[in-house]
Amino acid sequence: MTLMKKSAAELQQLLHNREVSVKEVTEDSFKQIAKLDGKVQAFLAVTEKEALAKAESLDNEPMDKRGPLFGLPIGIKDNIITKGITTTCASKMLENFVPVYDATVMDKINQAGMVNVGKLNMDEFAMGSTTERSAFKTTHNPWNLNCVPGGSSGGSAAAVAAGEVPFALGTDTGGSVRQPAAFCGVVGMKPTYGRVSRYGLVAFASSLDQIGTITRTVEDNALLLNAISGVDHRDSSSASQQVPDFRAGLTGDIKGLRIAVPKEYLGEGIAEDVKESVLEALKVLESLGATWEEVTLPHSKYASPVYYAIATAEASSNLARFDGIRYGYHPEGAKNLEEIYLRSRAEGFGTEVKKRILYGTYALSADHHEDLYVKAMKVRTLIAQDFAALFEKYDVVIGPSSATTAYEIGGVVQNQLTLYANDVLTVSVNLAGVPAISVPCGLSNGLPVGLQIIGKHFDEALIYKVAHAYEQATDFHTHTPSVGEGNE
Amino acid sequence: MNFETIVGLEVHVELKTDTKIFSPAPSHYGAEPNMNIHVTDLAYPGTLPTMNKRAVDFGMKASMALNCEVAKVMNFDRKHYFYPDNPKAYQISQDDRPVGSNGWIEIEVEGKKKKIRIERVHLEEDAGKLTHSDNGYSLVDLNRQGTPLIEIVTEADIRSPEEAYAFLEKLKAIIQYTGVSDVRMEEGSLRCDANISLRPFGQKEFGTKTELKNLNSFNFVRRGIANEVERQEKILLSGGKIVQETRRYDETTGQTVLMRVKGSANDYRFINDPDLSEIHIDQEWMDRVRAEIPELPDARKARYVQELDLPEYDAHVLTLTKEMSDFFDATVSAGADAKLASNWLMGEVSAYLNAEQKELHDTALAPEGLSSMIKLIADGTISSKIAKKVFKELIENGGNAEEIVKAKGLVQISDEGTLRTIITEILDANAQSIEDFKNGKDRAVGFLVGQVMKATKGQANPPLVNKILLEEMNKR
Repeated sequence: MTLMKKSAAELQQLLHNREVSVKEVTEDSFKQIAKLDGKVQAFLAVTEKEALAKAESLDNEPMDKRGPLFGLPIGIKDNIITKGITTTCASKMLENFVPVYDATVMDKINQAGMVNVGKLNMDEFAMGSTTERSAFKTTHNPWNLNCVPGGSSGGSAAAVAAGEVPFALGTDTGGSVRQPAAFCGVVGMKPTYGRVSRYGLVAFASSLDQIGTITRTVEDNALLLNAISGVDHRDSSSASQQVPDFRAGLTGDIKGLRIAVPKEYLGEGIAEDVKESVLEALKVLESLGATWEEVTLPHSKYASPVYYAIATAEASSNLARFDGIRYGYHPEGAKNLEEIYLRSRAEGFGTEVKKRILYGTYALSADHHEDLYVKAMKVRTLIAQDFAALFEKYDVVIGPSSATTAYEIGGVVQNQLTLYANDVLTVSVNLAGVPAISVPCGLSNGLPVGLQIIGKHFDEALIYKVAHAYEQATDFHTHTPSVGEGNE
Repeated sequence: MNFETIVGLEVHVELKTDTKIFSPAPSHYGAEPNMNIHVTDLAYPGTLPTMNKRAVDFGMKASMALNCEVAKVMNFDRKHYFYPDNPKAYQISQDDRPVGSNGWIEIEVEGKKKKIRIERVHLEEDAGKLTHSDNGYSLVDLNRQGTPLIEIVTEADIRSPEEAYAFLEKLKAIIQYTGVSDVRMEEGSLRCDANISLRPFGQKEFGTKTELKNLNSFNFVRRGIANEVERQEKILLSGGKIVQETRRYDETTGQTVLMRVKGSANDYRFINDPDLSEIHIDQEWMDRVRAEIPELPDARKARYVQELDLPEYDAHVLTLTKEMSDFFDATVSAGADAKLASNWLMGEVSAYLNAEQKELHDTALAPEGLSSMIKLIADGTISSKIAKKVFKELIENGGNAEEIVKAKGLVQISDEGTLRTIITEILDANAQSIEDFKNGKDRAVGFLVGQVMKATKGQANPPLVNKILLEEMNKR
């Protein structure tokens, strides 16, 4: 059996007892990738040579210098800057882009002694929720290869779910960690805005983007977030708040926990199977001593338009730098400056990216700035206040991570209510800047369902405690997809 | 003249911080192209701006010195436009909450004092520099990208080219005193654009304005505005209309030339920069910066007139640069007479600096040196003629006047007996001159004084020589 489905604690035990070496763990990841990725298509780049060299040098490190993630493989979403390793954002614009520096999270991953085994597929520039918008390949859901893995961190969630790597980093601007985690039956955390440095994350919407963690278990997730969190002088929006030891809080004791369940999270557009799984999960939490009440987030109905105004406005600004001059796609035979600009952007960006740049440019244009962008920023404050009000009376807010389970590749979600509900569930969390996790809470027709647990700012510790207690009381995390086992 | 001239200025001043405003790259002038850059200056994907607090200090300092209100809360905005010298395709600037607002400075033109209001002072980053080559390519140098700037925008209070000149002269002095910039137009650390319009006297509304660029010296600002006023006047008098456009001053022809007609206003799609947090200035920060502001030119000028009895003109000239003014203060502190110190600094010292194209700090002259020389002149130890020799030594090699005088044997000969002996010998040898003198030719005296000076290597005390010479001639 592969080592890639073991927990960090189990792998550390094996390493400590010298039953396996870091090199063997790393090799096992590449073996799994070789075996499965032809079907799953999660990786855009596999860094076997660099990873094995690093693994060998890590094997020389003394045992007492090793932390809880030492020697373990991790996959990195391809919008996180990795020195010397292509970082494409799944866009033709950056197809051959090899950065000269490392993102802060990569420095931290290296300090933790983790081994980067490769770069993971995504929707181009993180714009999408299926990973079908990658310029290079479509990632398949390991639970059902005909289905999407979700997105935009679809490569990250699929790689962990398939057992190619035990850890992955994703990014979440409007649900891009939580929704694919839900679709792939793994644990995905979007931390508080500011918890993790954005330095070296290729910006989509700067005020919403946050790097997140994708793992098989809650404990592993807590370890990984601990490793990458903390203030960074290179990112003014990173927070100086203390980072607690998240694992230390995983006691299983959630007696007296007060849960708010917004009626908007279980209303129109939410699939019946998803709703049932979430209600079942609430029963489990009740059995552990928690109580829940139905509440309302009155402004959540505006979350979708507010999100699109702000995210596209910021994207139109952030993506303006891709002009074909200093790096990235440069058109052959362009005769003058204007032609370089026009053709590099017309030929380098995909349709979805261009669409969002257009929306955002419109939202910031002199004639619409006030009624679109400025108004959206005001409503954003109201949405954040909705959450703040709830957290005065409740410890966590719970709902589904997605309105449905994974859908078919190439299919279009026709139901407007479903699309709308998806946005309400995920984007309001980014607009408010609060942390939220998705943990597996059921299987419907062989596809996972995700439970979303939202906490107040910088209260990831409580989210992990609740998620862990729930996980330990159920067995959903022990289910794994059958991809690669010859029966799909 | 049928029209009133209305001018508003936009002045960019580069702040001399050690590093750039949003990146850790050094920001000094004169490095090889693209050597002073960081990945952030290249707008590399994933990079983020970080605030250089010193640039905020400098922006606050300049705002305070220009009598502005300093914002307690400020933020930065992105101003979007595509151009290869602007790698992010947006410039980080301040739109609705600038560091300073509602300030003023006082100018004086032809004896009349006037306040020019300053609408705002905002912090922003400079762009890179393009060099267009003949082969169709343009070269991009991003050394300047991210250099901190303040943009100072005046109200349309300026009414003549002379007022514009006076404003810039005063602005330059004030900024230079605060130490936040070198304010050197030739190095681009001070740049000025002018908005110019005319209106019939008595009319309230402003006329259509043109923007004048490429004003590379204060004199060009003055001439450029004058020429543009003339151009607009001609058009208006012939019944034409002024078109809103950007024009360039051509230094060789002295004319303004059309650059581009402004269509509808540029849409810069301003957005609050989400990568930079709001800056809150508390009282402590405010006080710390205020304490760093030195005595400014107006205050110094008043002190020179009131306490040192200098003429207004001297006080004005001495305070134009902080370096000159500091030097003057130090010279007086070292014991020199204020008026003599002023004369020397405005006379010989300035002449030397102009001739050599140098600044005070490029020379060896120290305030103690100048002061020691002035003291020797005042007590008659050396003549002003000898002083010129001593001065040359002081400004070229430094040192102390007394030592120079001693070493070179330049002490003035004021001993009557010695002088009388020399003069007698000279008169004996120049009988013709005595004849001429007796016949009323005053020139002869000058010739004889020259002979005495020659004989004493210029060390004779001139008034004494005159006196003895006349006595001895009258005796013959």
